Amino acid sequence: MEKLYLIRYGEIGLKGENRSLFEDKLLSNINKKIKIFDKNLKIYKKPGRIYLITETTKNIVINKLKKTPGIVSFSPVQKVKLDYDLIKKEVLNSAKSFKNKGKINFRISARRSNKKYKYDSMQLQKLLGEYVIDNLTGVDLNVDLYKPDLDINVEIRKDFAYIYTEIIEGLGGLPVGISGTVGLMLSGGIDSPVAGYMSLKRGVKIIPIYFHSFPFTTDRAKEKVIDITKTLSNYQHNIKLHVVDFTKILTEINKNCPDKLLTIIMRRLMIKITEMLISKYDGKAIITGESIGQVASQTLEAIQVTNNISALPILRPLIGLNKVQIVNLAKKIDTYDISIQPYDDCCTVFVPKNPETKPTLEQIIQGEKKLNIDKLIKQAVKSVQILNITDEKLVD
Amino acid sequence: MKSIYLDNASTTKIDFPVLEKIIEIHKSYYANPSSLHRLGIEVEKQIKKARQTIADYLKINKEELIFTGSGTIANNIAIQGAVNKLRKYGNKIITSSIEHNSVLEIFKNLNKRGFETVYIPVNKNGIIDIEKLKSVIDKKTILVSVMAVNNEIGSIQPLEQISSLVNNFKNIYLHIDAVQAFGKIPINLDNIDLLTISGHKVHGPKGIGALYIDKNILINKILYGSNQEGGYYPGTENSPGIIGFGEAVKNIHSKEELEFINSLKIQLKNLITESIDDVIVLTPSDKISAPHILNIAFANIKGEILVHSLERDNIYVSTGAACHSKNDNLSHVIKALNVSKKYQEGSIRISFSKNNTKKEVTKTAALIKKHVSKIRKVMR
Repeated sequence: MEKLYLIRYGEIGLKGENRSLFEDKLLSNINKKIKIFDKNLKIYKKPGRIYLITETTKNIVINKLKKTPGIVSFSPVQKVKLDYDLIKKEVLNSAKSFKNKGKINFRISARRSNKKYKYDSMQLQKLLGEYVIDNLTGVDLNVDLYKPDLDINVEIRKDFAYIYTEIIEGLGGLPVGISGTVGLMLSGGIDSPVAGYMSLKRGVKIIPIYFHSFPFTTDRAKEKVIDITKTLSNYQHNIKLHVVDFTKILTEINKNCPDKLLTIIMRRLMIKITEMLISKYDGKAIITGESIGQVASQTLEAIQVTNNISALPILRPLIGLNKVQIVNLAKKIDTYDISIQPYDDCCTVFVPKNPETKPTLEQIIQGEKKLNIDKLIKQAVKSVQILNITDEKLVD
Repeated sequence: MKSIYLDNASTTKIDFPVLEKIIEIHKSYYANPSSLHRLGIEVEKQIKKARQTIADYLKINKEELIFTGSGTIANNIAIQGAVNKLRKYGNKIITSSIEHNSVLEIFKNLNKRGFETVYIPVNKNGIIDIEKLKSVIDKKTILVSVMAVNNEIGSIQPLEQISSLVNNFKNIYLHIDAVQAFGKIPINLDNIDLLTISGHKVHGPKGIGALYIDKNILINKILYGSNQEGGYYPGTENSPGIIGFGEAVKNIHSKEELEFINSLKIQLKNLITESIDDVIVLTPSDKISAPHILNIAFANIKGEILVHSLERDNIYVSTGAACHSKNDNLSHVIKALNVSKKYQEGSIRISFSKNNTKKEVTKTAALIKKHVSKIRKVMR
């Protein structure tokens, strides 16, 4: 059976002239997600809100809408003609279907944008409240205007009345795709998927880059990154995961560079490769999962020499979070359980025993001297494998 | 490039006649063996035959064999069923420190339920400490569960010594997890009460296991439903699996085949120990180890990297010691052996089957040598 959903957006409502651009983007993002389940869905915008009509299972719709950046909240609603008898019947139905045993504190919240309707909001609330009390038997009903268990909303619009009891919170933020494209340095760890999510919420489109170093890491680590990307595709419908073969570079760095600088030089090369890969998508920034001071490569000095290799801004959305907060977010977006599978940076082979925590640029340039960086990077960029990962299925 | 499959302790490639038989069952004998009609009876007959084949091989009565969904399920039915039955006589249960997870995890759970669980240590050969077993087994003990052959290093447990110790007591069952041993070493079931085997380790299908229950003992049921498999494993029979398992056992390793498999093991062991420095063989000597498993540890490398390097050359081996940098996750078997530190992470398990060749072994040895030296150069 078809169900109607009322979808509210906030932030994008504020953006003046670009507003309809934003609305259309949100509309199309929702459409893509639900279309997988229901080709015949209907979706349309009315001032300040979007309506979705679909026969998709309610739990799926809720799950999908909850993960669509740009939605502030939404409600499954009942729509009836502007006929008081129909309205009161539907209001009574919503009260009946409220599954709470014992005492129920309830209220009616009526709003009226159609000022021509015969009752005003106050009258409606009073009439409908009385009707529910008189007609709902076997339940201990109480009116509570301040902290109701059950809040029956009735909105009177031009031709129809909308009745709903649930208001489900969305992610907020901006619809994916309106803020441009960025590269995301994605590992199998806990942090980088969260960094990706944080940027998705701000409306950017991500291009994740994963550096694979088989046989020093297992192909399962790559599968894990694919699974993480698949989870992120809940937020961005279609993601182009770029897998770079990094083994050659790792062994070359290992052979030719000072032990204590391994991690930093490795990161610098990763950044450079990312920059080159996203240039063809007009990528405007690089996102990483770093936060200050977590590990040796994340001191301010290390960050400075890492940034130096790229002209693009390197954004670190997790900079202000501690590990517990990051873990909680990872759990919220369902990437945590994938990340903690034991296949990431499995081999500590390339982690220096005493990493330099305060590297200088001169030191790094000296350390990179024996590397043919241009050639290595070119090879790595050439090796890239692009996987199109969508909400629906994996395509090689 | 043709692949060389040397991970036969994980699972084996199904024999072609077995596969053909399974297809035939799916095509023509798809009826439910419990159905009253002729087609059902035809399938039932074939299941009877399979049961007879396996029972004959084990030298038991066919009524003493029930089919299950896997070795793990058989272990659960045996161990949980036994302790539930014997609980009134005591609450001590004994196993070894190198069991498969499908036994260890049951013991862990039984410990939470109030049973006293004892884990007998092993010596450097991975063989259970009989003196220790002698000292802990007592009147309160209701179950001893030991594997016949260890899956990671191939050590053979002294089952006769264990069973004669167990036989000194009343109201105690001996369960043997023989999943790795079945078809590889002779087992005398005279003094064994419960024994687990599995189809896919002997070139049979996956998803089929079996449990021997001595007709003189009783265990409780842990699953409920209809009356299939004596009621111990209710549910419509996996007839293609059961009949396929029977077909595989019909053609199970001959003495010559086992000698051949053992010769491959010795060949590889010699090639590696002669050509590579700093190597230790974790699998004990031939008399006390199964013919198909060879576990070797290389100093200063990570077994996992070696596994992946070989995989590049289409050679498939295994590692018991998974390398997890974040949490110390060394295999419990390697831990129990007290291997010195520089070898702990560097072990790989190579396991053979009748399908392997001497040529494959020669090639594998050469490639192991090449990759070990390469990895050692990278690891500082």
